[in-house]
Amino acid sequence: MSGFKSTDRYIASRDLEVAVNAAVALQRPLLVKGEPGTGKTVLAHEIANSLGHPLIEWHVKSTTKAQQGLYEYDAVSRLRDGQLGDERVKDIGNYIVRGKLWEAFESGEQTVVLIDEVDKADIEFPNDLLLELDRMQFFVYETRQTIKAKHRPIVLITSNNEKELPDAFLRRCFFHYIRFPDRETMEQIVQAHYPDIKQDLAREALTVFFKIRDVPGLKKKPATSELLDWLKLLMIEDLSPEVLRSKEQHVVIPPLHGALLKNEQDVHLFERLAFLSRRG
Amino acid sequence: MFASFVLALRSAGLPASITEYLTLMGAMKAGVADYSIDDFYYLCRATLVKDERHLDRFDRVFGEVFKGLEPPEGMPIQNLPEEWLKALAEKFLSKEEMDKIEKLGGLEALMKRLQELLEEQKGRHQGGSKWIGTAGTSPFGNNGANPEGVRIGQQEGRNRRAIKVWDKREFKDLDDTVEIGTRNIKLALRRLRKFARQGTPTELDIPETIRTTANNAGYLDLKMVPERHNTVKVLLFLDIGGSMDEHVRVCEELFSAARGEFKHLEYFYFHNCIYERVWKTNRRRNDNMTPTEEVMRKYGPDYKAIFVGDASMSPYEVSHPGGSVEHWNDEPGSVWMERLTKHFRRSAWLNPRPRNAWDHAMTIGMLRKVMENRMYPLTLGGIDEMAKELNK
Repeated sequence: MSGFKSTDRYIASRDLEVAVNAAVALQRPLLVKGEPGTGKTVLAHEIANSLGHPLIEWHVKSTTKAQQGLYEYDAVSRLRDGQLGDERVKDIGNYIVRGKLWEAFESGEQTVVLIDEVDKADIEFPNDLLLELDRMQFFVYETRQTIKAKHRPIVLITSNNEKELPDAFLRRCFFHYIRFPDRETMEQIVQAHYPDIKQDLAREALTVFFKIRDVPGLKKKPATSELLDWLKLLMIEDLSPEVLRSKEQHVVIPPLHGALLKNEQDVHLFERLAFLSRRG
Repeated sequence: MFASFVLALRSAGLPASITEYLTLMGAMKAGVADYSIDDFYYLCRATLVKDERHLDRFDRVFGEVFKGLEPPEGMPIQNLPEEWLKALAEKFLSKEEMDKIEKLGGLEALMKRLQELLEEQKGRHQGGSKWIGTAGTSPFGNNGANPEGVRIGQQEGRNRRAIKVWDKREFKDLDDTVEIGTRNIKLALRRLRKFARQGTPTELDIPETIRTTANNAGYLDLKMVPERHNTVKVLLFLDIGGSMDEHVRVCEELFSAARGEFKHLEYFYFHNCIYERVWKTNRRRNDNMTPTEEVMRKYGPDYKAIFVGDASMSPYEVSHPGGSVEHWNDEPGSVWMERLTKHFRRSAWLNPRPRNAWDHAMTIGMLRKVMENRMYPLTLGGIDEMAKELNK
């Protein structure tokens, strides 16, 4: 079968391809977890691109309710209109605001729905969407109509692991954990994003990058997105690879480290290590 | 067809169900894994595992059940003690040394020899050229340099030969009985949350608004309520010094996570067992003691008491008056523990020592009895269990 494959801009490992294709084939949601900055959200864009479907994004916040993805009944404006004697008030349908899932269900073609950072919401959020994601339909109480998906959308759900997801919800999903890419994959990813980068610069930068990730005790390890930002900076500044080359095992603070280390404690830790290695 | 695999997963503690099994069958039928073992492995993983903490266990079961599927070059990992395989050192061999390593005569012979050695050897081993362990030149173990070696539990394939993904067990440190970090602890502690509305009114109170609007002859009269906040109250008792020194890091993490998570958090230190006094600062502990009686008077039964300690000491320190190693105590520690657990109806003990070591110290059993079995290991799983118990 054809399905989803790595593109020249997004390098997907084989296990990710299998997981996506399984989710597409069986029309079940795919739950993706992984370190921040390993391309969970970008994945949805790439699936939509490679399958040629429109993408509908639903970004979840701590205040998001499951109902908001279906529809909302704006009672307050109806009440206000009622008191002002507006004609619109006679039809309750005027006050039903459609949510992202409704949009996806009503769409004339198959869509890709991204439910981003599902763990940010209340612990009951996934449970409230069980039936809707299973049957791809829901009932609007106010207007007594059932909204049914014309084409079952491909649903991608990302999570940063802030909350445990309920078992009943998990049972209905495929699951994939994006592992941090190894050096080889990382080289491909860098190639995909900056095809005209100087080879020796990329090599030195990757060495420095993986060395930083190996430093014990970092609060936030830099991930793929940080590496790409940093490389862009290095390219703009047109630094020569020699600057990055450290004297063997010694730890040196890399130039433009602001793109990699996002935390002043981490920078301090690094300065201390650099100081120690100079002395030692 | 793969029912035995699903059953094996379940007996290994993975929550795989009929639904997932049927999904897997459906996906196979749809041709997602076209006759490729790797794809089949990935598909099984995406279908049957729903939590990255279970990935390691999944890999182990997969390797066991589908032993015949993998090419004969790999071999299933034996149950080697963890600590052997911790890669403690890297040893770089010279060219001559490499040459010196004789091939021991094909794979069969290697496997047989490994079995023999496993029988023969009874401890952790590092370096050297015969035993199984790390950084040696024996053909068995990891981080070694025997060109014909069998890799056991190495972090990543050094030369990428003969490694099957499920034997690599890359997701090892995500098992929830191993890793623990401030953020993770915070998430586990969140289970203890209890919400109540306090503070400035910022949210629309719909039932009240409807009522007052009706009273107001239909004209809108908005009513607000305060937002919900976490109001759980926690009292931490931390064992400090002595045998607790080796657990300092994990206790610090627990402490800072608890500080961040709970608004109403109070803490006291004790040594080994609680007697008639506890203290808040370790440096000036001698002139800064708080009588335990006062703690019970000041903090009501609505506080949840959590004791953190390894509970490992001499039995006298728990059972006898005067047993304390630091001062003369008129009443035995168990009496004080009983008093505290009676006062704080929701209480639990977190023990940084692993559960399987609990039988080694007699006092752990004694304190467990006092706690009515509410003792949990200081791991994410343990904190989770504790939170469930405290919320009952």
